[in-house]
Amino acid sequence: MELVELTIDGQEVRVEKGTTVLDAARSIGISIPTLCHYHGIDAIGACRLCLVDTGGRNLAASCVTVAEDGMEVKTNTPKVREARRTVLELILSAHPDDCLKCVRNRNCELQTLAENMGIREFTYEGEKPQFKQDDDNPAVIRDSEKCILCRRCVAVCQDVQTTRILFPQNRGFDTVVAPDRLAPLGETACIFCGQCINVCPVGAIVEKSYIADVWAALSDPEKHVVVQTAPATRISLGEEMGMIPGSIVTGQMVTALRRLGFDRIFDTNFAADLTIMEEGSELIHRINNDGPLPLITSCSPGWIKFCEHHYHDLLKNLSTCKSPQQMFGALAKTYYAEKMGIDPADIVVVSVMPCTAKKFEMMRPEMDDSDFQDVDYVLTTRELGRMLREAGIDFSALPVEDYDEPLGISTGAGEIFGATGGVMEAALRTAYELLTGEELPGLDFQAVRGLEGIKEAEVKVGDLTLRVAVAHSLGKSRQLLEKVRSGEKEYHFIEIMTCPGGCIGGGGQPIPTTDEIRKKRLAAVYTEDKNMPLRKSHDNPGVQKLYEEFLKKPLSDRSHRLLHTSYRERGKFE
Amino acid sequence: MPEKSLLYELRDEDCQVIEEVAEKYQGGQGVLISALHEIQENVGFIPRVAQIKLAETLDISISEVYSVITFYSFFTLQPKGKYQIIVCNGTACYVKGANGILDKLKQELCINIGETTPDRLFSIEAVRCIGACGLGPVISINGEVYARVKPERIPVILADLTRREEKAG
Ligand code: SF4
Ligand code: SF4
Ligand code: SF4
Ligand code: FES
Ligand code: FES
Repeated sequence: MELVELTIDGQEVRVEKGTTVLDAARSIGISIPTLCHYHGIDAIGACRLCLVDTGGRNLAASCVTVAEDGMEVKTNTPKVREARRTVLELILSAHPDDCLKCVRNRNCELQTLAENMGIREFTYEGEKPQFKQDDDNPAVIRDSEKCILCRRCVAVCQDVQTTRILFPQNRGFDTVVAPDRLAPLGETACIFCGQCINVCPVGAIVEKSYIADVWAALSDPEKHVVVQTAPATRISLGEEMGMIPGSIVTGQMVTALRRLGFDRIFDTNFAADLTIMEEGSELIHRINNDGPLPLITSCSPGWIKFCEHHYHDLLKNLSTCKSPQQMFGALAKTYYAEKMGIDPADIVVVSVMPCTAKKFEMMRPEMDDSDFQDVDYVLTTRELGRMLREAGIDFSALPVEDYDEPLGISTGAGEIFGATGGVMEAALRTAYELLTGEELPGLDFQAVRGLEGIKEAEVKVGDLTLRVAVAHSLGKSRQLLEKVRSGEKEYHFIEIMTCPGGCIGGGGQPIPTTDEIRKKRLAAVYTEDKNMPLRKSHDNPGVQKLYEEFLKKPLSDRSHRLLHTSYRERGKFE
Repeated sequence: MPEKSLLYELRDEDCQVIEEVAEKYQGGQGVLISALHEIQENVGFIPRVAQIKLAETLDISISEVYSVITFYSFFTLQPKGKYQIIVCNGTACYVKGANGILDKLKQELCINIGETTPDRLFSIEAVRCIGACGLGPVISINGEVYARVKPERIPVILADLTRREEKAG
């Protein structure tokens, strides 16, 4: 490793050749303000907020300036402070003064910068751009008037997800980050993954909120309101409530939901275990009946829409299983309604999800197999946090309570659905035992865990060597699928997750979500799994009972009617 | 802004140009602007089908193609009208009622400033002073200046031009 040596504000620092001045400064505890720069995406040096003095004639943008031997950098001179302030004031002059009514109030990088840089008045009275909000879809709202044109969403959408929807359009004062045709997202191939929301430093992209609808349902005495919580929310809600990343708050979340007034607190993990029963059986069926293979997981609705837009040839490979959220919804308004003697018309199903694409999924017209819309409202982890704050619930002081039966029983296998590789691991735990009739020697499949973009493994199941692959983020998934398409790679089973890291990094999770934070959330997921008394889906007594009482067996007619679905071809561009 | 380029029907030769340009640049790097130029010059604007075609053959996202078109002013999303009606909105003409003329034009042609009628016959533009202030309000159609125009005269002028077109067949 070649090193370079430079001084920053008089401190000597040695860094690897190629390191930016920004990172070199950060390594010795000097913080430089940034806006367009974001961990994990290529720096473009657009905002000029990170200016420093490197001795040259002009100040340099530290996020794109490489540290050189002997460089003398000054980050805190009157000239630097003045220049940065001018940059910030110009941004502010085109920005609405909406903080008090903005979703990102108190979690906004622009606001924090203004505070840190001591802005006390607006020096420039700029003309503010005027744009209509794009809220014509169930999931993601764009408010271009708040956009500061940092392009972080563009990098995520074009390069990480390769959905390639957002790009700067027009020029000068009219510049706006938008899809082609300046079309609303709903008329494009946007998959509503919400990754653009997570990287946006301000409130220019946010989720469509269903908080008001949920409050209304909760206060309606005629309604029986049940809630399901996705696997990845119990390890992230704590963060939203001010705890450190990786805090496990399962029991507190249950208590909090009960205090908000939900009639039953159920768990998507139950439906995740059920998914494994159905999908595992589907895998075995396809292996025994000549395919089509590979079987590809279907629980990530962003991926489903992506596949419908771009991989028509692979639609037959998708598992026909609905996602756990939708299986849950269909059962809540049939099995549970019958069991409790409640008219399904009076049941309201609310989901707490790490995901914005789930909002789109719940609105898919085919998701009404209970004869009602199976899931009524999806709240992101962030939205639940907002409701708890509004209700004045002191989260840190809450006691721990248990989920309700019967749809609240779950195993560690359901738990790990929230992590990339988790569905695969859960499926392997069950498929192994179903296929061989023997107990699995070790439960942990390390090869499919972790943040590596594409993971592969071969698992011996009886006489069969099962070849599996796991990809997360659609960019990585595209790479994997191209190899499958070309025949370069052959697998039996592939897990695809739309978001980097899986659902723990979903578009509805607390902001910020960085790789460092993803790792902590992942660790929490596997800790939860370890702590569960049951760790295999087929051991879930609630699921066993559901089959006994209602579904009979995996892939039964009733399973097919309620738990499976079909897909459609969509255009590549709209 | 709705997608304007969809309003205009393409002629067979337009489609052919698009196919040829796409084929010529297929797989090339950094060729988007050249390809767009050829289409703009030969088709007169960049139709939606061309945007899609180029996105596919050059493996560039459609949002980036659209971005380039909207960034450079020499690319347009709609053809120029055969008759380009330029309305002077300079101070002198404004005072003498240029707005009334603009309104009448928009009303008669059912388009806005900067737009072209779907039959590609007329487009309207508004400009600052064309140096004929004494004759105001003035409009200019393909270089021919009409002096002291009154809104009532607009339908007559348009009808003349339309008739001329019909005769030309
Ligand atoms: S985006 Fe940030 S600065 Fe802008 S209104 Fe919202 S909170 Fe305030
Ligand atoms: S939701 Fe996903 S696909 Fe849609 S614009 Fe945002 S990043 Fe792109
Ligand atoms: S929407 Fe947000 S992330 Fe995208 S460019 Fe605007 S401010 Fe940046
Ligand atoms: S953070 Fe360096 S230019 Fe924006
Ligand atoms: S103002 Fe119209 S010609 Fe000068």
